[in-house]
Amino acid sequence: MRWFSINYTGIYAIYRKEMARMARTMWQSVATPVITTVLYFVVFGRAIGSQIQHVDGVGYGAFIVPGLIMLTLLTQSVSNASIGIYFPKFTKTIYEVLSAPLSYTEAVFAYVAAAATKAILLALIILATATLFVPLNIHHPVWMVAFLVLTALAFSLFGFIIGIWADNFEQLAIVPALVMTPLTFLGGAFYSIGMLPQPWRAINMLNPVVYLVSGFRWSFYGSTDVGIGASLAFTGLFMVICLLVLWWIFCTGYRLKT
Amino acid sequence: MAHVKLKYRKYQKDCLMQQVLVHNVNKIYRNGCIALHAVDLAIEQGEIFALLGPNGAGKTTLISIICGLVTKSSGQVLVAGHDIQRDYRAARMRIGMVPQEIALDIFETVWNTVLFSRGLFGKRRDTAYLEQLLRDLSLWNKRDARVIELSGGMKRRVMIAKALSHEPDILFLDEPTAGVDVTLRRDMWALVRRLREKGVTIILTTHYIEEAEEMADRVGVIDKGRLLLVERTVSLMRKMGKRRLTIVLQHPLADVPLELAGWQLELEENGHNLIYSFDANAENTGIPTLLRRIAELGIEFRDLDTARSSLEDIFVSLVERAA
Repeated sequence: MRWFSINYTGIYAIYRKEMARMARTMWQSVATPVITTVLYFVVFGRAIGSQIQHVDGVGYGAFIVPGLIMLTLLTQSVSNASIGIYFPKFTKTIYEVLSAPLSYTEAVFAYVAAAATKAILLALIILATATLFVPLNIHHPVWMVAFLVLTALAFSLFGFIIGIWADNFEQLAIVPALVMTPLTFLGGAFYSIGMLPQPWRAINMLNPVVYLVSGFRWSFYGSTDVGIGASLAFTGLFMVICLLVLWWIFCTGYRLKT
Repeated sequence: MAHVKLKYRKYQKDCLMQQVLVHNVNKIYRNGCIALHAVDLAIEQGEIFALLGPNGAGKTTLISIICGLVTKSSGQVLVAGHDIQRDYRAARMRIGMVPQEIALDIFETVWNTVLFSRGLFGKRRDTAYLEQLLRDLSLWNKRDARVIELSGGMKRRVMIAKALSHEPDILFLDEPTAGVDVTLRRDMWALVRRLREKGVTIILTTHYIEEAEEMADRVGVIDKGRLLLVERTVSLMRKMGKRRLTIVLQHPLADVPLELAGWQLELEENGHNLIYSFDANAENTGIPTLLRRIAELGIEFRDLDTARSSLEDIFVSLVERAA
């Protein structure tokens, strides 16, 4: 194997192992987010949604679908990727990956691709579940898929960083619980940013999830709180920042090598 | 110029002949602790090399550097002529490693975990090879069992199976028999010998001196990050080995008689045993003269016993000397 060659078999081995882990924990991986989402539909879509007729010309039940998908996509991308790299660290099996003829880029790609695949699969399952509750019409399906893939990859990279940083399970859980979920709820998953009074609306514009939910909702209904360009730019910027942090981690061996 | 070229060619040839070449490797941790100090080591193809040293001597650090788990501070390491940093893929392809601690994904089956290791090293699935490997390690019947269901000894064998799954030329065993029972230890030794017969180079760290004495072609003694000695086990035993004659006395002595001062005797067991240490390879050991002299002095003895010093004695004396 020359330095410029790619260890496809090694990448596939990690990807396959990670996907098998998902299959082993099928109930936890698939059923829990689906049940949670169904509950959101019942509570927000039916109970509260019956009091709200339309938001931006879309029925409330349909309006919250992109936000719910994004909520699952973000939390699942982060948690899948973080546990994916943290578990080998915890069990000390990471030695195998570190001593394999595999570049850091290949290892990150394998873990992140597996985490993103799982998150996207769940997002699609939730989308399918949503069609049972509300009629859906996706205006820009290609952009919808693009947003799904880009967001899943960006936040899987973020999750991978958390997995390397975390020293225990508490630290592993703290970022998704205390950062991701509140930001997603405040980021317009269940309402339009335009419904917020000032100064909350202005403050919320600092929330990065606003741009993701807004861009994703645009791909469904063609209406958006912020420009589509801003949504794409933010996702790209976030990905670049994560890649830079990972580059630093691998250069220094932070929490991986002594 | 021709001289330099010739020297360089010789160096290249030497590098290719050595499976592992460690040159002037240093490891200094951020806290200033020096784990390795200018270590030079060459391991030949097909040999069993044992690295001996007390806890914290630097054995695991050295192995971890060669395998890519720890970054060296300076120096160079070549594996089959490949630099472990510049040409890490080619170098690592040749290495299998069994760490000291059992580290396995306990929820996976034996078959899947071995398959994963092979894939990680870029090798395509080879069912026949993996089946034979698991059979050799008496794991074939457990191939569908999850790792969590296995005994400690079996888990250790799974670790070896994983390390051998990609058919490496060099196998690193870090304390392979630490905490395992005598039967499994014997099994491990047999396995190591079988691997050597297949041409695999084996480098093991151990603090069971008996293990090194039993198996290793060469031993290296490391202490406080310095490689104190590298020597063929047999010649080390020959060179530094001592024999000990124990003369069990009928009546205890308070002191060694002055008439026996020339033999540098010692008294042990409250004066009941008279000890004479002598060079194991000397033609004239001096024993007959000593026994005659003892008889002339009227010292009665009821038993005689001789023993050869072990590698452990040599190891202890080397480490004590270095301290």
